[in-house]
Amino acid sequence: MAPIGLSQYLTVAAILFTLGVFGIFLNRKNVIIILMSIELMLLAVNINLVAFSHVLDDLQGQIFTMFVLTVAAAEAAIGLAIVVSFFRNRGTIAVEEINQLKG
Amino acid sequence: MIQAIVFYVFAAILIASGVMVISAKNTVHSVLFLILAFFNAAGLFLLCGAEFLAMVLVIVYVGAVAVLFLFVVMLLDINFAKLREGFLQYLPTGALIGLILLVELVMVFTSWRFAPNAPLSIGTRAPDPEMVTNTDALGRILYTDYVYLFQVAGLVLLVAMVGTILLTHRRRGSVRKQRIDKQNARNKASSIEIRKVPSGGGI
Repeated sequence: MAPIGLSQYLTVAAILFTLGVFGIFLNRKNVIIILMSIELMLLAVNINLVAFSHVLDDLQGQIFTMFVLTVAAAEAAIGLAIVVSFFRNRGTIAVEEINQLKG
Repeated sequence: MIQAIVFYVFAAILIASGVMVISAKNTVHSVLFLILAFFNAAGLFLLCGAEFLAMVLVIVYVGAVAVLFLFVVMLLDINFAKLREGFLQYLPTGALIGLILLVELVMVFTSWRFAPNAPLSIGTRAPDPEMVTNTDALGRILYTDYVYLFQVAGLVLLVAMVGTILLTHRRRGSVRKQRIDKQNARNKASSIEIRKVPSGGGI
């Protein structure tokens, strides 16, 4: 078994990021699962940052991960709030029903 | 050796639960698998020596974000089975794009190398973990070199909190609540009226 280095962490993060992208396409109708897929992608980015921080022996990566965590938490809270208020107004959260802006 | 085994266990469970997050039939199960994924990512962080971030991941993500997801999934009365219609319809496109992305990432990861002067640009070298704990070391640079970014992060959270409350708060007209300003504004003239009632006449 090869010693665990940077490439193993990067591979795990790449697979997780791909799963996040895949999840967005697979669950095109469910906003909540799309939000969860975004969380998975951010988690993959965090794993990359922490792995580089570990290998380079540099703490900046961990500081950056903390800021990514902050933004991810804020994003999840606001996203879910929008979902809740949309559900109150329209009674559904299906993505194709979200077309009032005619975008 | 033990480190390798632990790494592969955490990584395997992380990826398996990631697959379950996007493919579970029940959205509640998706959220629960997301929690499992966060725990295993925290394990990977611990293996990297990022102890503080591992604990933050468990506390913030599992304790707050995942529970928030769970609340929303359980409180909204949605037919999630109906939302899954067309699941297979999007599978080929999604699989194609995911595969392309994965191949590109693998190509990048197999061919990159550090720039020759990269070790020179290391900003904050991590101190010896025997001498200074990870939390201590992070705090020492977070509150000095990154104090403005730290304040901005706090501002981001404040704006998120205010925005969330503003979006979801609603005033319900049917509920009777105590209105202290109106109570305090009452005076004798506006609340009692003295009338002369003729005997036997009524008002």
